[in-house]
Formats: sequence, C-alpha cells, structure tokens
Amino acid sequence: MNKITLTLLVGINSIAIPQAFAETPTIEEMWRTIQVQQAEINQLKDQLADTEEKAEATVNAVESLSTAPVQAGKTTLGGYGELHYNNLESDNSTSSTDAVDFHRFVMFAGHQFSDKVRFFSELEIEHSIAGGGKGIGQNDSKPGEVGLEQAYIEWDLAANQTAKAGLFLLPVGIINETHEPNTFYGTERNNVEKHIIPATWWEAGAAMSGELRQGLSYDMAAHSGLYMAEGNHKPRDGRQKVGKAKADDLAFTGRLKYTAIPGLELAATLQYQSDVRQDEGAAAIDGTLFETHIAWQQDQFQLRALYAQWAFDKAINATKEGADTQKGLYLEPSYRINDKIGVFARYSQWDNTAGSATDSETTQFDLGINYWLHPNVVFKLDYQNQHAAGGTGPDGINIGVGYSY
Amino acid sequence: MLFALKNTLIFITVLLFTTPLVSSVASAKGVFQSRADFIGEVFPNQPPQSKVLWITPELRQQAQKILGHPLYGLRIRYHRTDHKTAWILEEIGKEMPITMGVVVENHKVALVKILAYRESRGGEVRYRAYTNQYIGMGLDSNLRLNQSVDGITGATLSVWAVNKVVNLALYYHSLVISQTDH
Repeated sequence: MNKITLTLLVGINSIAIPQAFAETPTIEEMWRTIQVQQAEINQLKDQLADTEEKAEATVNAVESLSTAPVQAGKTTLGGYGELHYNNLESDNSTSSTDAVDFHRFVMFAGHQFSDKVRFFSELEIEHSIAGGGKGIGQNDSKPGEVGLEQAYIEWDLAANQTAKAGLFLLPVGIINETHEPNTFYGTERNNVEKHIIPATWWEAGAAMSGELRQGLSYDMAAHSGLYMAEGNHKPRDGRQKVGKAKADDLAFTGRLKYTAIPGLELAATLQYQSDVRQDEGAAAIDGTLFETHIAWQQDQFQLRALYAQWAFDKAINATKEGADTQKGLYLEPSYRINDKIGVFARYSQWDNTAGSATDSETTQFDLGINYWLHPNVVFKLDYQNQHAAGGTGPDGINIGVGYSY
Repeated sequence: MLFALKNTLIFITVLLFTTPLVSSVASAKGVFQSRADFIGEVFPNQPPQSKVLWITPELRQQAQKILGHPLYGLRIRYHRTDHKTAWILEEIGKEMPITMGVVVENHKVALVKILAYRESRGGEVRYRAYTNQYIGMGLDSNLRLNQSVDGITGATLSVWAVNKVVNLALYYHSLVISQTDH
C-alpha cells in the first residue's frame, strides 16, 4: 500500500510542480488575457441587454393583452334601469294608484370611429312591455313604448369645439341630459322638469358645444320642435319624439353653463320656436322657453333649484285659458349622511295655465331617502304630498330600485 | 318651410361667426401635457430614472377594491426621489381613458394634473380649482381617501375616475416607501 501511495504522490507532484513553478505571465500575456475576458464581458453584457429587451417586449406584449379592457374600446355598451312601486291616493279619494312598474330599461351603445368622430345611442323600453298604445291605468296589458332617445354622430371640430348631428337630448334643465337613477333623489323624476320643460326631451337636428373660457361653456342647437296640435296646450303633449315628426317649424336652443367652481353649476337655457302648431291652425303660436338652475354641492350638502317658464302666443288661450304662460320651480336640499345613505326634501310648484286669473297651480312636497348599495345601484323610498285643483293631487309613497353601468 | 330654411341659414351663419371666437380658448379635450413634460415639471433637476412596482396578488386585490374592477397589467412605472413619488395612471370616466399625473410626498397628495381628457362631457375635472381639492389628502385605515371633494354636476363618472386614481397613487406610494424602509 505504501508503495502505491508513494507512487501516486510522486505522480501528482510531477504534474503539480510544473504548474506551481510556472513562470509569471508577462504583461503582454496578461493584457491579452484581459482583452479576451473583456470581450467575453462585453458579449455577456450584450446578451444580458438582449435578454432584458426580450423580457421587456414580452411583458409589454402581455400587458397590452391584459390591459385591453381598460383601453378605449371602439364600441362601448352601457345602460340603466329603474323599477318603481307607487302607492298613491288623491286628496279627494276619487283615484288611487297601487302599481309596480319597470319604468325604464335603457341600453346605451356607442362607437368610436376615430379620435374625433364618435356615435352614441340610447334605446329605451318604458313600462316594460310595449304595443298596446294606451297608457298605465287604462286597462292596457301593453302600456309601454320603445323609444330611441339618442342616436347622434359627434365630432370634434377643434380642441374645444364639438359638433353633433342626429337625435339628441336637448341642453335644458338638470335631469334632461343626466338622468341615471343613481344620480338623483326621488323615485320618480321631478314634476317641474316633466310638466314644464318637458323632460325627457329629445329632438333631431344639429348642435355645437364648447368652452368660451375656463368654466363657461355654451351649447346651441337647431332642431325639430314641438307639435302642439289643436286641442293640446301642454309642451309635454307636443313632444313628437322624432317619429315622422312635423318639421315645418324648427326650434332653436341655446345654453350657457358656468362650472368654474367645484361643486357649483349655474346654467340658463333659452329656446324659441316660431310656431308650435307647425303651420296648422289659423294663427302661428310661437313659444319661448326660459330655464335656469343651480346645482350646488358643498361637502355632504347639496342644493338643486330650478325655474322654468314658457311664454306662448296668446292665441293658445283659445285652446286653454291661461296656457300662454306655463311655469314651475323646485327647490331640493339634500344631505349625504355617508357613502351609502342620503336624504332629501323637495318643494315643487308648477302651472300649465299660469296665465289665467284662476288659481291652477299644483304644489308637491317630497321627502325621501336614497340607499346606494353600490355607487351605481340605488334603492329609493319617498313620500309625496301633492295639492292640485279639486283635491286631485296624489299622496303616498314611492319605492324604487335603479342601476346604471 | 321657407321660414325653417331661413332659420337654419341663420343658425349656420352664427356658427361660422362664433367658431373663431371660441376656438382661441383653452381646450376642453385632448392631451394637455406629455408624460415627459409632467415628470420634468415634477423633478426639475434631472428627473430620476423610472422604477417599476411589480403587481403582487395582494396589490392586485387592494387595487381592485379601490377601482371597483380588476387591475390589469403586470407592473406600474413611477419616478421617485426620497419620499416623493410621481405616478402617471389612466382610468376610464364614462367611455374613454383619462390620463392623470399624481405626485405623492410623505404619504400626502402634493399634485394632481389631468394630462389627457378624451370624454365628451365632464372636462371640468381638469380645472386647477377642482384638482387642488386633492392636495394634502392621505389614506385612512381602510386604504381609502381620507377626505371627499366637491363634485361636478353631470360629470360623476369623471369625478369617480380621478378619486380612484388619486387613491391608487397614495396606495402605491405607501407600498414603495414601505419596501424601501424594510
């Protein structure tokens, strides 16, 4: 064993000794070695950069796929809806309502043709089922209607100038353009905007909007107008809803809106139509609508107040005495207790024959609560007390659930 | 009919005359400031290299709570010097993404700017009077904004979008600062 061990040691040493005693490399040899190593380092660096580049490209590609849903899609969908329960009885107990109604089911569809050209539409089913052509409470099994409320092309003429053509909501009032149920208090929309303006109001035509300066914007539109046929005196009855609508006389609407201060909106709208009879009847009846409102939010407190007035030619009094002046106003303070709960009160008064000497004004007081299950889902409960001529004003409770997306 | 035609011509004439008048004012839509310019404004002396915050499952879960929808992507880019971070984030208002720049310093909002606004309505969120309301805000114990802002009537969705992005920026800031502290 010792011989073998000795032989191995000798053998190993015979290999190791020449290395241990090898000559120190010259500077030139070291320089060459460094250069070779440097070349390898450079090559590795390039490979590393290349790998990082590929990794970056891979991450970018994955992100571009995974972030697709938050990028501006070419076609967008949305909608809102509201289900109402009304339990009302008139002051004189001659009429009552105890009804549940899927009041509105609305679907939005929009399409972005380019950065500057887009399309937007709103299709609505009112009262759940359409086809009967009558109305709620008239023994109609199909009391609703299907309506196209918006369908327009909008394009940016300049950075602060937008033009619109098609069927669109008129720039008037607070809820006419923004009426998703989670954005307002009360199960039913307020009666002043409904009976005087009359919301929801859409027409066909062309419009422009933009900013005059920061916080001051304008809208102006030329569009189809009301058609208040012989026998009709209320603007609400004159809405043609752009269904083979008479277009003998167009209407013109202009609005100025001030929003420079956070939480504050001040706006005024003026509309003129030269003949709401649309060239029918003995004399033309022109109509001018003036509307102004304030929407003010300060912390948890909000106040909405609106005044609207129509001035028609006195010739309309032949149809209904006092209809030459129709006006209304409401005042709605509210308080948001927290993210989920808000309470409101609303005082409204309106009169579709305010030009007459007799008192024909209707007033209503509402008190209620909104509960937001989610910012886009709301439950509503309110009490209404209405005073109308002859004690016909309905009093009672309204309950609703609404959503938008 | 002739009267209607006349009215239409008057309307078009008014449009033509008013267009030059209103086209000279500040724009309501478009790109107001590039990303590079924003970072240059926030860090005037040699902007720091951008860093990356990788999205962990925990981060993704919290971000989803703040946004109300899933957070997409794998990482978030930001710039940082000491206790100051700058974030450029996007969130859809109603239909189109709003690009926002948020600067957080010592866990408080120092600056909010709308860099690009593309929605048809609600452009008031870009006003300094509106965005200044966020300055000084921080996170509460639930990692949500500890104050509220006065909104804009008819522009609720744009207001929500800014709220969410400011909330996210504060949350991201807290993460990158705590990562460094550890």
